[in-house]
Amino acid sequence: MTETGPPRRGKPPVFLERQSYRRRRVTDAARVLPFIGLLLWLIPLLWREEGEAAVRSSSAILYLFGVWFLLVAGAAVLSAKLAAQTCDGTAEAEGRGGEAP
Amino acid sequence: MLNTLVFVGSAYALFLFAIAFAAERAALRGQARWLRSPIVYTLSLSIYCTAWTFYGAVGTAVRSGFEYLTIYLGPSLVLIGWWLILRKLVRIGRSQRITSVADLISSRYGKSNLLAVGVTILAVVGTTPYIALQLQSVTLSFEVFGVGDIATGEEKGHTALWVAAGLALFTVIFGTRNLDANERHNGVVMAIAVEAVVKLAALLAVGVFVVWGLSGGVSGVLDKIDASSLGQWQMDGGRWVGLTVLSATAFLCLPRIFQVLVVENENETHLRTASWAFPLYLGLMSLFVVPIAVTGLEMLPEGSNPDLFVLTVPLSQGRDGLAVLSFLGGFSSATSMVIVAAIALSTMVSNHVVMPLWLRYARGGAKVSGDVRGVVLLARRLSIIGVVMLGYLYYRLSGGGAALASIGLVSFAGLAQILPAMLGGIFWRGASRLGALVGLTLGFGCWGYTLFLPSFGAGVFLPEAWGAAGPFGIGWLRPHALFGIEGIDPLLHAVFWSLALNTGGFVLASLASFPGPLERLQGAQFVNVFEHSAAPRSWTGRVAQAEDLMIMAQRILGARDAQRLFEREARRQGMAETLPAPTPSFLETLERELAGSVGAATAHAMVGQIVGGMSVSVEDLMAVADETAQLMEYSARLEAQSQELARTAAQLREANAKLTRLSVQKDAFLSQISHELRTPMTSIRAFSEILRDTTGLTPEEQRKYSSIIHDEAIRLTRLLDDLLDLSVLENGQVSLNLREGLLSDVLDRAVAAAAADEHAAPLRIIRDPAAERVWLNTDLDRLSQVFINLVSNARKYCDAARPALEIRVHRGDRLVVDFVDNGSGISPEAQDVIFEKFSRVSDQKAGGAGLGLAICRQIVTRLGGEIRYLKGQDGAAFRVALPADIALAVE
Repeated sequence: MTETGPPRRGKPPVFLERQSYRRRRVTDAARVLPFIGLLLWLIPLLWREEGEAAVRSSSAILYLFGVWFLLVAGAAVLSAKLAAQTCDGTAEAEGRGGEAP
Repeated sequence: MLNTLVFVGSAYALFLFAIAFAAERAALRGQARWLRSPIVYTLSLSIYCTAWTFYGAVGTAVRSGFEYLTIYLGPSLVLIGWWLILRKLVRIGRSQRITSVADLISSRYGKSNLLAVGVTILAVVGTTPYIALQLQSVTLSFEVFGVGDIATGEEKGHTALWVAAGLALFTVIFGTRNLDANERHNGVVMAIAVEAVVKLAALLAVGVFVVWGLSGGVSGVLDKIDASSLGQWQMDGGRWVGLTVLSATAFLCLPRIFQVLVVENENETHLRTASWAFPLYLGLMSLFVVPIAVTGLEMLPEGSNPDLFVLTVPLSQGRDGLAVLSFLGGFSSATSMVIVAAIALSTMVSNHVVMPLWLRYARGGAKVSGDVRGVVLLARRLSIIGVVMLGYLYYRLSGGGAALASIGLVSFAGLAQILPAMLGGIFWRGASRLGALVGLTLGFGCWGYTLFLPSFGAGVFLPEAWGAAGPFGIGWLRPHALFGIEGIDPLLHAVFWSLALNTGGFVLASLASFPGPLERLQGAQFVNVFEHSAAPRSWTGRVAQAEDLMIMAQRILGARDAQRLFEREARRQGMAETLPAPTPSFLETLERELAGSVGAATAHAMVGQIVGGMSVSVEDLMAVADETAQLMEYSARLEAQSQELARTAAQLREANAKLTRLSVQKDAFLSQISHELRTPMTSIRAFSEILRDTTGLTPEEQRKYSSIIHDEAIRLTRLLDDLLDLSVLENGQVSLNLREGLLSDVLDRAVAAAAADEHAAPLRIIRDPAAERVWLNTDLDRLSQVFINLVSNARKYCDAARPALEIRVHRGDRLVVDFVDNGSGISPEAQDVIFEKFSRVSDQKAGGAGLGLAICRQIVTRLGGEIRYLKGQDGAAFRVALPADIALAVE
């Protein structure tokens, strides 16, 4: 807590081994997932609202909640994968690597 | 029915009390593990679903179709994207011991209490109508069960009052049991987790009843939906996007959500579970909303309140048990929201408003003895009661009418104003206090003007004419058509403009301002929270008194906890049985512990009152801020270089001054020496001319004149000898003739030689033969030359009536010989120059050329010693100090 040495500024390695590479992609997926969700939930705005071809509410319900539960499933899978990483004790390093600009 | 309902409601409330109480007991016994599972954490997040969403979602579905979903979509996205924002927020909250959303903002922007107060006001203004809304929904649900038929407005008020009082009581009991936010509100969290289960179960039960009991299964209900007035997908795209964004924003900013999401978070990994479990919960909560709405429209008479379909549909089918369950669900939604909101707001109010005021006006500030815990707890309890009663008052004053229905979104929009400062604070190092202030002020003002004040209805707070023509006839300032852009939905209009002005002001003011050091350090810590687990800011602990800190800590943490903390820190510092030294790291730990109880700004102020100052050392800055570090390194190097330059310049100036002095000395020397040579020359010339030119001189006269010439010639020779001697000595060309001999012999010789000198007054010489028996190995002739000079000086210049010279010899690390006479000494201004060439103390006794002491000094220096004038003796005193190695052991 008291160490105030010079700033640790080691450059992260450019290429990672396969395992770390996979881990990073899992966190990437965790970052991308909400945007996928947003995109899917914006699609109803493209639906036709007038006339014969108008989308029926039952389809809308099925679509919206289908997306919802798919997202929940995706988040659950990613959460389990991220949990496995934490058990390896690498989450911290991962967090740092992930935060690098 | 009414009595049953009152009974069930009271029993349920008692049950909640029991649950909370049991949870507190279990936590005390250390069995809190199961209380703190990820599932409980997820369920506690469900306070997002208030009575407004429990009842109001169906009403919204009836009125605006699928728009009700947006309120759930936003938070779902935020949680699914937990890795982006929430993870960081929770980590910051835990590492900085954040107690509320106001504390977060204040702590990030240099622990500014002004910001904290601003956010607190915003939160109170934004939350009070929301609490009123909860009271209204509970009252409405009572009405449904028949109370309304017999109740006057007065009795409605009574119901709301009883509910408000009960909630305040519960919150006071379980929300202020302990101060430290680290010991979280186990009872409250457990109770709201149970309530979360109840409300989900209630809504699902009603949903299942509607789908399978009334509509013949899934396909049946889907057909029914298509056949109803909601049968076609219709959506205002702007509101769909806008409300989704707004609800996502509100989820981050609502004080009560922040309380359970960040402050009550036990373990960061819980967030991972919540990332999928909470969207699932929200999905289930909203799944049956449309079926219930459609069924209600179909079965209930025209004009019945769609907000209460959840209750009225089961009631109309004679399912009283289901209706009561549904009532409990709504009751749970309302109460859990009010409880947590009251806790969150009271923490803010007491930490950021009451405590700073108390600190300022209580005598002696943080150093007074006495228990501050009492003050803090009292402040918190009063704040809880105040907040709940404010909600009740708002409910009574607004009349509980339809104006309340839209208040949920209005409240969301108000609290969303915190978002730019919050996100900017945790992702942008450049965000500054001024930026946050400007942004919040603009956003809050714009929200108040375009949405909050108009929400009371035209003519209540804003004159009616303003809506049509703008204030003072300025058309582009109309509350619902800012800058002349008309026709937007009022809510979207307000959200858009307030957030746009807020963000714009925040960014521009941040860009233009320069943050203080504490702000920059906090900023770096917040933004780089994953890289810095340790805090780089530090107190200067020198002046802090450990006792004072102990006293203060006891008053806030309680005696036992404070002692435990201090003992732990003392052990860490390797000191047993004492108070820990107030090192910066200890002060930091202490401040953070205190922050858990009274908020960062207050804790900072309290430690600051005792410690005095905060130091931000160059090393700290370097450790935290990368680019700052580079700048600092660079400027430190520059500084070092410029210092070196300055040193060199000073040396040059010094050398120049010395050269100038030497040049002056040389001139003086030349003129002196001409003068000294000229005087004897003049008399020699004069007397030799007399001898040559004058005839008839008596032999006596001849002898007299020639002896004068002789004397003057001797004087000249001596002068030249001295000069030669001096120049040889000064140039270091002299070779020392080292011999062994006794110091006493050298002194004997010197005294004899000086006594033989001319016809001076008798000088008594006091010596110490025993001390003088020192064998020397040095140039004895040169040394005796020095002594002769000193003794004859005393003989010449000592002005006492009975002149005496004492020669003291003593040996320490050097051999010291002092010559002290009993005369009047040398005047202080002359003391500095007597060792210079041609300096004579007095003109009238001009015996020599003034070279004696200069020569002495050169000789002694050559011998490795020093000679100086001793001040503070009776008369003139000279000390000759010789290095010890020339003195041999006494035989």
